[in-house]
Amino acid sequence: MSQDLVIEATGLRKNYGSTVALDGLDLEMAQGEVLSLLGPNGAGKTTTVEILEGYRKRDAGEARVLGEDPQRAGSTWRARRGIVLQSCEDVVDLTVSECVRHFAHFYPAPADPEEVIERVGLGEKRNSRIRGLSGGQRRRLDVALGIVGKPELVFLDEPTTGFDPQARRQFWDVVRDLSREGTSVLLTTHYLEEAEALADRVAVVNRGRVVASGTPRELGGRQEAAARVSWLGPGGWQHSETREPTALVRQLEVSFGGEIPGLTVARPTLEDIYLRLIGEASCEEESCEEEKGAR
Amino acid sequence: MTSATNTVATVADEVDLTAAHGYTARARAFALAVLARGQVEVLQFFRSKDAVVFTLALPVVLLAMLASIFSGYIEHTHVHYSQVYTTGLLASGLASTSFLNLAVAIAGERENGGLKRLAGTPMPRTAYFMGKAIVVLVTCSLEVTVLLLFGHFVYNVAFPSTLGRWWTFVWVTVLGATALSLLGIAVSSLPRTARSAAPVANLPLLVLEFISGVFVPFTSLSHGIYNFAGVFPLRWIAEGYRSALLPSYFAKVEPTGGWDHSTMALVLLIWCVVGLVVAARTFRWTGRGER
Repeated sequence: MSQDLVIEATGLRKNYGSTVALDGLDLEMAQGEVLSLLGPNGAGKTTTVEILEGYRKRDAGEARVLGEDPQRAGSTWRARRGIVLQSCEDVVDLTVSECVRHFAHFYPAPADPEEVIERVGLGEKRNSRIRGLSGGQRRRLDVALGIVGKPELVFLDEPTTGFDPQARRQFWDVVRDLSREGTSVLLTTHYLEEAEALADRVAVVNRGRVVASGTPRELGGRQEAAARVSWLGPGGWQHSETREPTALVRQLEVSFGGEIPGLTVARPTLEDIYLRLIGEASCEEESCEEEKGAR
Repeated sequence: MTSATNTVATVADEVDLTAAHGYTARARAFALAVLARGQVEVLQFFRSKDAVVFTLALPVVLLAMLASIFSGYIEHTHVHYSQVYTTGLLASGLASTSFLNLAVAIAGERENGGLKRLAGTPMPRTAYFMGKAIVVLVTCSLEVTVLLLFGHFVYNVAFPSTLGRWWTFVWVTVLGATALSLLGIAVSSLPRTARSAAPVANLPLLVLEFISGVFVPFTSLSHGIYNFAGVFPLRWIAEGYRSALLPSYFAKVEPTGGWDHSTMALVLLIWCVVGLVVAARTFRWTGRGER
């Protein structure tokens, strides 16, 4: 395998009974990259992540994570990656500090637990029992436990679900810090603005496959997509979709003789692109000719 | 870029370090993980104060109730029913603190994600079970001490009179707790949810308590039932405590006509092996349907 890839998965397959969860999923992730997996519920994100984390066995396909097969790798490998789980209600009778210190014991070269607590913004709660923490505070503790071992690769599965906007921003700073230090981050999220803010690259998963991947700016040909120009004309709002918005704006400037009232020029948002990708993928099997036609 | 290179360099150093110290480093990491687990288990047990009080109080209350219902002496002896019940409740208390507590606690940790989280760390898997062993050791010692003192001061149960009898008391406790703990770990995989863990584990335990002469004096049990109970560990643990605490002539009124230490040890050892094998084969670090 290539030295620069921390994750290399090809043709991953997983069935639960008759349900196909993964249908030949391919995924690569470079060292130091922040990769975000996007996809609707049931698309196979969690199954993919759990196979890569070493929790789940794949039915078929190849997987290398930090150079080893996660299904067979031992505790030395486990010390090199950190996992932030979706929701845990354990160890409620310990204090934040006791808990983070406890998990630090399992790693050969952990970070300073107090520093980690400070970093995730739980400094004031370090001596509080976990039982008394709010949902958002518990998620931050989950993050602390995932990074206290100073991992090379961190798995973040929907880390900011239930966060208020301010807490989310704080959390984003934690991820950016990790990334700056060279940590690779695999992030699954429901929030497209989160992927856009953090990810170097996003991969859209639908029906057990990666249907598109690229930088948030370029995903699904976003940078080349037609722009929507809107302005307030004499008879009300006017819109035009064009691949040459600059030319149109120049034309409008001339016709208005200067400032164009209410002018906006917008490329499709990541969300627009995402919904289109998800829609197209699910159209393959369902009859949604109308939707396609409308587009 | 520099930071990334640094990370790589640190990792390389660690690899060298592990190679040089290989065995000692791993042994040290293991010991550290075991200590950390034991500490956290004990800390968590004592932090849930109601659990501590009720775990310790239940057998004492049962003993007091049974002793007040069945009064008088066992036929042809000067041994009071309350004294026999003390030995029976020692066995029952041991089962609650090891078998029942472990089955319920582990089922809970499996459901709430605690086990999954631990399995995701480099913690040696054995360290988790060693931590459980430490907490069972602490809680069982407490339980047994409380009951022994209560029996001694309230019902005049004599402490073991010889070193040999103390030895019996200790090995019955340790071997019994080991067998019951392993069975508790095995049973923790049965319930579908953490909420059903207590009833699932309680049923077999209650049946055993009734047929093993713990709640109903063995003098009132038919030979058939009592012999059947001899297949399971609890009857032998109760008999072991009787042999350590009651006067030696009491052995004659036993249904079997004596205290059979070798069969006792053999049955308990067999259940240790059965528990270990079943626990090792069925233990899951994640919840049901998460495979």
